[in-house]
Formats: sequence, structure tokens, C-alpha cells
Amino acid sequence: MVKTIASAAMPVDETLEIKKARYSPQGRDGGKRISIVTGIHGDELEGQYVCYELARRIKERPECLTGTVDIYPAMNPLGIDSITRGIPAFDLDMNRIFPGSRDGAMTEYLAAEIIRDLMGSDLCVDIHASNIYLTELPQIRINELHEKELVPLAKLANVDFVWVHGASTVLESTLAFTLNSRGVPTLVVEMGVGMRITRSIGNQLVDGIFSLMRELDIWSGEISGLREPIVSSDPDEVLFLNASRSGIFIQEARHNTWLKKGESVGKVVDPLNGTVLEDVISPEDGLLFTIREYPVVDEGSLMARILRSGERQGD
Amino acid sequence: MERKVLFELPSLYRDNFRVTGLTFGSGKKSLCIVGNTRGNEYQQIYICSQIVRKLRELEAKGRLCPGHEIMVVPSANPYSMNIEKRFWPTDNTDINRMFPGYDLGETTQRIAGGVFQAITGYEYGIQFTSFYMPGDFVPHARIMDTGRDYVDKAEEFGLPYVVIRKARPYDTTTLNYNWQIWDTKAFSLYSATTERIDEESAESMVESVLSFMATEGMIQRRGHQGYRSQVIKDGDLVAVRPYVGGMFQSGIRINQRVLKGQELAWITDPYDGSVREKITSPVTGVVFFVHNRPLTYANTAVLKIVPGE
Repeated sequence: MVKTIASAAMPVDETLEIKKARYSPQGRDGGKRISIVTGIHGDELEGQYVCYELARRIKERPECLTGTVDIYPAMNPLGIDSITRGIPAFDLDMNRIFPGSRDGAMTEYLAAEIIRDLMGSDLCVDIHASNIYLTELPQIRINELHEKELVPLAKLANVDFVWVHGASTVLESTLAFTLNSRGVPTLVVEMGVGMRITRSIGNQLVDGIFSLMRELDIWSGEISGLREPIVSSDPDEVLFLNASRSGIFIQEARHNTWLKKGESVGKVVDPLNGTVLEDVISPEDGLLFTIREYPVVDEGSLMARILRSGERQGD
Repeated sequence: MERKVLFELPSLYRDNFRVTGLTFGSGKKSLCIVGNTRGNEYQQIYICSQIVRKLRELEAKGRLCPGHEIMVVPSANPYSMNIEKRFWPTDNTDINRMFPGYDLGETTQRIAGGVFQAITGYEYGIQFTSFYMPGDFVPHARIMDTGRDYVDKAEEFGLPYVVIRKARPYDTTTLNYNWQIWDTKAFSLYSATTERIDEESAESMVESVLSFMATEGMIQRRGHQGYRSQVIKDGDLVAVRPYVGGMFQSGIRINQRVLKGQELAWITDPYDGSVREKITSPVTGVVFFVHNRPLTYANTAVLKIVPGE
């Protein structure tokens, strides 16, 4: 059943609608409820495949559904349609306006309606796809304030990595922070790259969502073999490699590989002069879980993130 | 006047990105003025240029008071302005959401960090900035409420209003907020416009800043008594929102006194011109903000009014 959860009249002959699809046992609401959310950033499309594939598999085995699954594929429909990360016209990051306000501007009103509809979920999964610049290993990011409740759930989500990061005041305006603060456990998934769909990792996450559904007694079907993620909560374990020069980044290492200290990650080159401006090397042994996808870098642009580790885990 | 590059970042194919400071006088770091951090803040860089012009005149006449260093940074973001883009060219990030910055971080964090290092330590900080909603404002000074009390200093600008803004989570990475945390008394000054040069409002803003500097003993100058500022909280402003979207038509101007029930604006149908909604004033007061784009969305503030008889 498709339902409009928030709508607003646009100035010229158009209504903006945010929709969700609900799947319940034999068409009735019942049991626990999981909400799958994506498309807050209009340029992140990996979640589109996840929503489609999740719905397809549920419809293939409806007898296994013992609870409610709500799928919200497009929180920012105008952004998705116009290849815009934020909310077009306002140039606002939608993930910085939660919890919104029902009496506020259109953007704040939509944010408040989204929260209102998600309240009551037993679990929410908010799927992001990095941005157009970086490719990410399927991972769940957890604010340290919610570590205790969320890490056990994140371990069931079939992702490669669970990153518990420090709290930041700015992040209090996100969908996940708002929901977690109001008692709806919310997992933020980052995976793949902006503007693209990578079926393999989409399928991986869909398997993970079925695993979570099984844990919550929403799904009685079979669960395929799940991976044990690496969990990192020590900020010193994650190394950031930022460009020291502006130039063109050429990848050399493969994403999602274990690198030795001194091994090449890539190069920053100057095509005008045919020179190498910077050899980007791994400063430690570790897992290359983020790699630059968009070649143009300014000084400071992130090129890679490496999870430092004394010994290989999760291989 | 001394010209100094405060921060520089090389580019692959463009000239280096430079943030330049123009310094007057020497001694105590009394005042730093920052113009645009976004590429579309034309009025903001323009006002700074006019302040610099006036300060050069005062310098030539020997009317800068000794013992004060005043620095003007007309643009913290020439790159975006040169390509007419509001945010950072490559990744669309907002430099005014990156303070206090980080010298080992992403590009705009490094810019914010480099600029911030050069502009901290001043007793007063003035930033000419803009709101994310398109519209014209009554010129005013804003102070982010971080518990520091220097509202009386904001009144020295002689602007019609001083607005105290309750800091929200996303405000904690702005220049105004971080200046305060590092003990600079910071003011955000809002001129009437952003993307359009409004000479009258710019001139009045220049006078306000010079008046502040004269009161603080940084320059010798007379004139411009300005307004006796009314101090309000941002929550005191009454937002007027249409129920419907459409074409926005209004003859109302900022600073205009309106009566409760007075017709202020009309939302019309873009196809047939019929009136979808008449917007009347919910209170008696002074118009503080007017939306200035042809279209408007439903529920979005098109006017803000300072209530009062």
C-alpha cells in the first residue's frame, strides 16, 4: 500500500509528495515495524536499488512477513529528480533540518512530517551513499551517544564495518540523531558512491535488512550467511588521507583491500606538466575502506580512509 | 593601509585561492571586518570595499586613532564569487559552516581554519552575512546568544534593530559563534540585500560601522547618530506564511509600518492571475523582512514583522 506521508503545493501546477510503501502480513498492519529510509541526499542512489530489491523479495515470499515493513525511497524527491544533493531552490542540506517544525517553512514542515510518520518504528535504517567524490565500503556509522543500543543491531546488518564516531553538535540536526533521541533506534548506512548503483553491495545490505527483520520477528524466511563486521570505536584507528596538493587523483590501490604500510593508494598528478605532485601511500597497515572516486582534488580533499589494524580481521 | 595575504591555497588550473586582509593602524587588535564567505554575497563585499575607501580617506587625513589595528577582509571566498556560485566550487560546502576550521581537514575546513587563525584575537568582529532565504531585510545587527553579554555594544551601530539569536546546532560552526567562543565580541550585520547592490543601504551600513568605530575611539569622526536600536529576540519576529504557493506580489517595503489586518501581499495563480490568497498582517508593527523572488512556496515565511504599536 502506497501512502503519501507529507505533501506541499508547489507554486506552479505541481504537488510535492513524499511517499512510503507499506508491506504487512496479508495486507494488515501488525507485529513490529521496520522503516527503510533513503534519498535524503538527492545524489545518493544506492538506496534506490535496496528499496526495490527489498520490496521484490518481500512480494516473492509474502507468507514469511510477520510484521510491518515501511519503505521510504525518496525523502527528497526534488533533489533526486534534479541530481541535486540538497533541497533545490533552498540549497539546504535536508539532513541538517531535523526535527523540523510543523509550523515552519516548507522544508521544516516536511522534516517534521517525516519524523511524525517514522515515530513508532521499532527500527529505522537510513541508507546513504557517500557522495559523488568517495566510494565507501558498506558500513554503519553510529554516534557514540547511542553506541550501546545500536552496535548489537548493527552487527546483524551484514555490513563490513561499524564505525562508532564522536558526538558533534552539528549532527544533532540529522534524521538519525532525532529518531535515536526520541527512542526509535536508527542505523545510518553509508555505502557505495553517489550517482551510481552497485548491485553487489545493494544485495549485501538487503540480506542484512532481512537479518534485522528476522531479529525483530518481522520475517520468518531463511537468512543467507552473514558477515561479522569490524567494529571500531577508537578515533585513532581511522586514518584520513587528505590531498597535500591540488591536482588529479589517480587510484592505484583497490577499494576494500588490506594495505601494507608504505603501499601505494594512488597519485596526485599534474596533467599540464606531466608530473606527479604527490605519492599517496598508506601510512600504516590497514583496510582501505574509503577511496576517492572523483579525480579532481583541491588541497585538503579526502582521498582515502584507512582502518588501522595490527592484524587482519574480517577477511 | 597594508595589504597582506592571510591564507593561500594553490589550484591545479586556476590562479591561487587567496584571502587578503587590508590593515589600518597598529597596536591593539581592535576590530576585524569580514565580507563575503559565500559567492553571491555581492552587497557584503561591496560594503567592505566602501569601508576600506572611507578608512583610506581617514588615514590620509590622520584621523585614525593611534594604538588600534583594524583589519578588513573583503572576501573570504573569491573563488566562488568569480564563478557566481554561492558555495565552494568543487564540493558545494559552505565556508561559514566550517569554523573554527581544521588545518588537516577538507579544503573548506582548511580555508576556515587558515582564515580563522588570522582573524582571531580581535576585541570586536563584524561579519557581513546573508540569510539562506531570499529576501530584503531591515538593516540590523545580530548576536548569537552564547551567554556573553555585549548587547550595549551592538547598539553603537545605530541600526534600527539588534536581534539576539538563540544558537541552533547548525549555528555552532559559523564564524559569529566561533569568534565568540574565542573571546571576540562578534556581530553579524545584515544589510538590505545580498545578490543586488543597494547603494542606499550600503551607505547607511558603512556609516553605522564608522559610527561604531568612532564610539569605540578607533577613529575621529562626527556625524551619523543613527537609530536608537530596538533589541529583539529572533523569536519575537512574527513570520507571515501563505497557506499556498504561487506568484508573490507585494508593494510592501522593509521598514514600513503596517496595521493589523492590513493587506500586505497576494499569492496569485501563475496560469490565470487569480488571487489564491490575500495576505494580511496578523499584527501591527514594522516590516522587517520581505521575500524578493517571483515565486513562493506554501508555509514559507514571505514577511516578518516586528510587533509593536
